[in-house]
This record gives sequence, structure tokens and C-alpha cells, in this order.
Amino acid sequence: MKCIIVDDEQSARAIVKELCRTIPEIEVVAEFPNALEALKFLKYNQIDLIFLDIHMPKLTGVDFIETVTNPPKIVLTTSDTEFAIEAYGYEFILDYLVKPISAERFHKCAIKLHNVFCKSASDFERESSLAEDDDLYINIDRRLIKLKFHDIQLIEAKGDYIEIQTKNERYRVHSTLKKIKEKLPESRFLQVHRSYIINFAQIVDIQDNSVLIERNVIPISRSNRPELMQRLNLL
Amino acid sequence: MTERPNLNYIKEISGGNEDFEKKFLTIIQTEFPKEKNDYIENLAANNLEESAKIVHKIKHKLGILGLTGGYKLAIKYEEDLKYGNTRLEKEFQDILKSVEEFILKIA
Repeated sequence: MKCIIVDDEQSARAIVKELCRTIPEIEVVAEFPNALEALKFLKYNQIDLIFLDIHMPKLTGVDFIETVTNPPKIVLTTSDTEFAIEAYGYEFILDYLVKPISAERFHKCAIKLHNVFCKSASDFERESSLAEDDDLYINIDRRLIKLKFHDIQLIEAKGDYIEIQTKNERYRVHSTLKKIKEKLPESRFLQVHRSYIINFAQIVDIQDNSVLIERNVIPISRSNRPELMQRLNLL
Repeated sequence: MTERPNLNYIKEISGGNEDFEKKFLTIIQTEFPKEKNDYIENLAANNLEESAKIVHKIKHKLGILGLTGGYKLAIKYEEDLKYGNTRLEKEFQDILKSVEEFILKIA
């Protein structure tokens, strides 16, 4: 991941740079003694991450956060925990490091960064491979039956079994929702209730706390409703 | 017992990288005297808000040089200065002096 360091203290920048050197995935492409210079750089350069000091003259780190459009991910570096917590509310702020930053704390931050940046990459790979296969084999009476993802309407948990509903068939398989969920592409399926996973493409309509999949009325649990609503292409 | 500045933190960060240690100490040797002078000038001019900002920067260096007590005192002093209170000036001055002596010694 490409990063820049913004801090008015040269010694602070040197420490972050040295700590970054110990993490092969992080490449420091530039460093700036103030936020204004960093803003100019960001106009013409694409980066993944900023190590940003909060206390800076002219434009503070918080001002910078509020000024920059489409900000990359940010790790705050500060001597004031209070300010850091205040700014931590922004979704693109991944962590804050209290100065002087210990090597141990920095490595914990690096693990967090790895999870954020590399997880998205592996998710993408997984989705791509699923898109290529586009099907799932289920074991019924020692027979492996191929199901196309687009044919699956919904999956219902029934004790030690799950029932997979397709347009023409209903298959009963000895498995769990958790297991099958891992095999399904996240972009196409969603668990809407502790007993139901639905195929997004098969939704007919949504009313209050239920979703209609062909003729099946499926309950939506309160905890799953926000994700369902978020993923809808609402007019 | 009075605490003394040390290089433990710098050695922890460097992981034995002597080039970094040398470069870093050069930075400290340049940055610290400038910050100290700025602090003294602003304090003399009774510009306490600006003095607090400089104490904030110096505070980080006290932490870097292992002055845990000095770091804590700087936190209080920075806050005091924001409210126009200079009661910790003498104690802070002593800490600055010990850092200055240390920097000269390692030069």
C-alpha cells in the first residue's frame, strides 16, 4: 500500500518512516511538513493511506480531514488521545497512534491495515472465482447434484438440515446455513433471518418485515434489515 | 532520583539500524534547540498560547528520550499555559536543560 506521512515535526516523520520500513507491504512515497502541501500532492497522486498528525500549524489534521475530497484511509498520529477519539468517528480513519509510537503498537496497526487492504483483495479473488464457477454441488443420497447459483431462490435452515429451494425443486441437505453461506457469492445472496438466506435476484417485493421470493414470504429479522435495505438499488 | 534522557526508545524503533539512529539524532539535535528557543522567546513575550503549542512538540521529544516524568509534566504544563498559568515553568526549564546537556553529550 502506498502511503504518505504528514507531520510538522521531522523527528515524528522519521519515526513513522522507520516503522513503515519494517512492514514490507507499506511503501512511503512522500512526506510533508504541513497539510497544505499534502493536499496539493493528493490532487495529482493516488495513494492508499496517510499517516496524519493532528496538531499542525495553519491547517490541523482535523481541518485536513474535513477539506480533502475522497480521502484515502487515514491513521492518525497524535500526542492527544482526546483529539484522536474525536476524529476517529470518520469511517476512513482506521486507527490512531499515540506518540511516541511504540514498535509493538505500530505492528498492531500494521495488522489492522493488512486486514483492511488485503481482505478486500482476497474477497475480490473469491468473488471472481465463484463467478467463474457459478455453481454448487450438493450431496443427495450419494449423488452430487449441480445447482446453478441463479437457480437458487432461497435456503431455509431446518434443524440439522437445510432446504434449498430452486424454481422447480426443493433439496434437503445435511448441512447448516453457516456452511452454505461460505460457498455462496456475497454479492448475490444475503441472510435475512437466522433461518433464511435469499437470492437477491429472486426478490419480488419487500413489505415491512418480510420479503417475497416467488410465492414464499420470508421474514426479515431486525438485525439483518439494515444490510438488506443498504444493498437495494432504491429510487 | 532525577530521570535522565536515554536512547532506549530510539534503539527499539531502529531495531539495530545504526544509520537511522545517527540520522535521527541529527534531526533531534537540530529540532530541539530551535523549539527550545521558540519556547523561550514566546514565553518572554507572554505569548502563552504559542508557548503551549511548542511545549506540545517538545513533549513528544521528552517521550522519545525516555523522560516519562518529564512527558507527564509537559502535558500538565501545556494545559496550564493554555489557561495562562506558568507555575510549572521552572520545572520544565530543568527538563529542557537536561535534554540540552544530553544532546550535547551525544553529539
